[in-house]
Amino acid sequence: MSDLVIRCEGIAKQYRLGERESYRALRDTLADAVTAPLRRLRAALHSANRRPSNGSATIWALKDVSLEIRQGEVVGIIGRNGAGKSTLLKILSRITKPSRGSADIYGRVGSLLEVGTGFHPELTGRENVFLNGAILGMSKAEVARKFDEIVAFAELEKFIDTPVKRYSSGMYMRLAFAVAAHLDPEIMLVDEVLAVGDVQFQKKCLGKMGEVSKQGRTVLFVSHSLSSIQSLCRRGILLEEGAIVCDGAVDAAIDRYLAKQPAAEFVAQPDARKPSITRAIAECSPSGVITVEMSFCSPFPLSPPVFGATITDAGGVIVYGTNTRFEYNDGVPLSMQSGEVRLVIDGEPLRSGTYHLSLWLADHFHDYVELANVLTVEVGRGIAEPLRPPRAAIGSVGLNTRWECYSRETSADLEPRAVGVGD
Amino acid sequence: MATLPGEALRLEAGPVLSHVAIRPARGWTGLELAELWQYRELLFFLVWRDIKVRYKQTALGAAWAILQPVFSMVVFSLFFGRLAKVPSDGVPYPVFSYCALLPWQLFAYALAESSNSVVANERLITKIYFPRLVIPIAAVLAGLVDFALAFSVLIGLMLYYGIVPTWTIATLPLFVLLAILTALAVGLWLSALNVQYRDVRYTVGFLTQIWLFLSPVAYPSSLVPERWRPLYGLNPMAGVVEGFRWALVGKTPPPGAMLVVSVMMVLLLLVGGLFYFRRMENIFADVI
Repeated sequence: MSDLVIRCEGIAKQYRLGERESYRALRDTLADAVTAPLRRLRAALHSANRRPSNGSATIWALKDVSLEIRQGEVVGIIGRNGAGKSTLLKILSRITKPSRGSADIYGRVGSLLEVGTGFHPELTGRENVFLNGAILGMSKAEVARKFDEIVAFAELEKFIDTPVKRYSSGMYMRLAFAVAAHLDPEIMLVDEVLAVGDVQFQKKCLGKMGEVSKQGRTVLFVSHSLSSIQSLCRRGILLEEGAIVCDGAVDAAIDRYLAKQPAAEFVAQPDARKPSITRAIAECSPSGVITVEMSFCSPFPLSPPVFGATITDAGGVIVYGTNTRFEYNDGVPLSMQSGEVRLVIDGEPLRSGTYHLSLWLADHFHDYVELANVLTVEVGRGIAEPLRPPRAAIGSVGLNTRWECYSRETSADLEPRAVGVGD
Repeated sequence: MATLPGEALRLEAGPVLSHVAIRPARGWTGLELAELWQYRELLFFLVWRDIKVRYKQTALGAAWAILQPVFSMVVFSLFFGRLAKVPSDGVPYPVFSYCALLPWQLFAYALAESSNSVVANERLITKIYFPRLVIPIAAVLAGLVDFALAFSVLIGLMLYYGIVPTWTIATLPLFVLLAILTALAVGLWLSALNVQYRDVRYTVGFLTQIWLFLSPVAYPSSLVPERWRPLYGLNPMAGVVEGFRWALVGKTPPPGAMLVVSVMMVLLLLVGGLFYFRRMENIFADVI
């Protein structure tokens, strides 16, 4: 009898570049079929020392990942975009198969790579709860039994028979998460699902997840929110370029992750199939005004486009976050397909130091791009604060503060003592 | 197994998989029909979703299911029956064509939906695991509601023409099943191909159109010379359509050898389609 619940041995996943971005048209394949013999002939006629061109390049999203997870462990997986976190979770969830290696999972798996998967806007809240429950692997009887609890958790009793297309995005997310939170698997695989929703609800969800882990369940948790990883997990795994570089105590993994400074500018190739952020840059003025500029493009209009940004301090704590979904902003048009976006944050309350910025691009229902800690800004560098205590002790934000003191001592009480001292 | 604090919460529910082995994809795989059966509730909910959404989103709702075959029947009766004087095996032409349009519409709708089903459910496929076969099967089954609605018109039509069905009507469910399986068989191939080659989508409409004229919908298969009929049966819809007429009206000749060929053709396409789909599903999440 072993309490091992997940064992991965040498998991590797190869993607053909281009395969991911665009499907082929049948005519291309037909054209290839016609021209391939010719090309091969030509290649054969050419000198043999040339490498055979097999069309598309490949990329290893995961390289030889081996790990063992025991019953009841709560493991956080961290790493930058493209480090292979989501690919690992997708393989363990059986959404895609590994190219090499094997994994064995013992127990009923519930995977949550997205909340609200399969939600249909035309259906009512009630209908979506049942549909989503079935998609997540719950039986009809199970959903029926938990239905009231789910609705109460989402705080949507009054709107449960309204089509979800009339929900605000916050309501939508609450309902979606409420269903997911009532999943009762032995092993839970959770991808970044808390990135959206209001802060209060996020807290509630984290609380629920904490509860889940206390019940002896095994949880594998991918998140960009280092503070939630820190508070939920005891073990941390850091992935870098598809390989595990650190597997141990969660604090060690986070330290290692933060030690690697990301660039001050981010540049990426546009994706033909989905919206992408192609460039982002951030800077901070001496007075503490942080300006973030990003360019994005999308193959379809985003109606409305939703932009988000969070500021994380060097300790991995999110000090501020904003997005145009839950904070209405009349600077954002109703529909936009590509362009430049500028975000100006008055960062004056931030204490000087290094901060990381994460950026989001989404529309009303779906998150498309999530760049965790892609940019780094130095706030207030050069301003001397010789007597300031370490930030770890007093936090990253300086708020307008005033101390008021009302002494209970009378001047008579103080007088003799002062005199005494003087003596 | 050790008892966990959460033990009491663990439920009978859902697909219970005590051990999942994840291995690299290796070519052809088994069908895993037992697992498919475990996910029957999901299948039910996907069918239910498709039906619900279909009737919620369209202004005419259920009326569509009736209008489509009725209008086709009127047009066919006018042009093929009245003007072109196409024979109808001694059955009033409207009944003759409507009996054929019923399975035809079921087939055409189910084929169109299932061919597009995998691509249309991209978000599900990239975010959660379940046997992928559930998707095209659900798409095909959702067509049955339209069929049932359209069927009610036939009852009226038969009453009007005073046609009383014979014992042969008892075989009707078999032909409904055959129509569904035909759509599924072809739909499995097309839906898997559609993931990799998006131009498949455009060929479906064209394919259905040609197929309609290759099937004895507007004309009786008795127009085809007797000895060619088994060959004609290679089009599974020939067997289905003639089977429908025979089951409903009972006056037309039984489909016989043609039907046998059709059934074998469907089984061949279906088994091939199932294995092809299973082979291709390994790359669905990566390519879609």
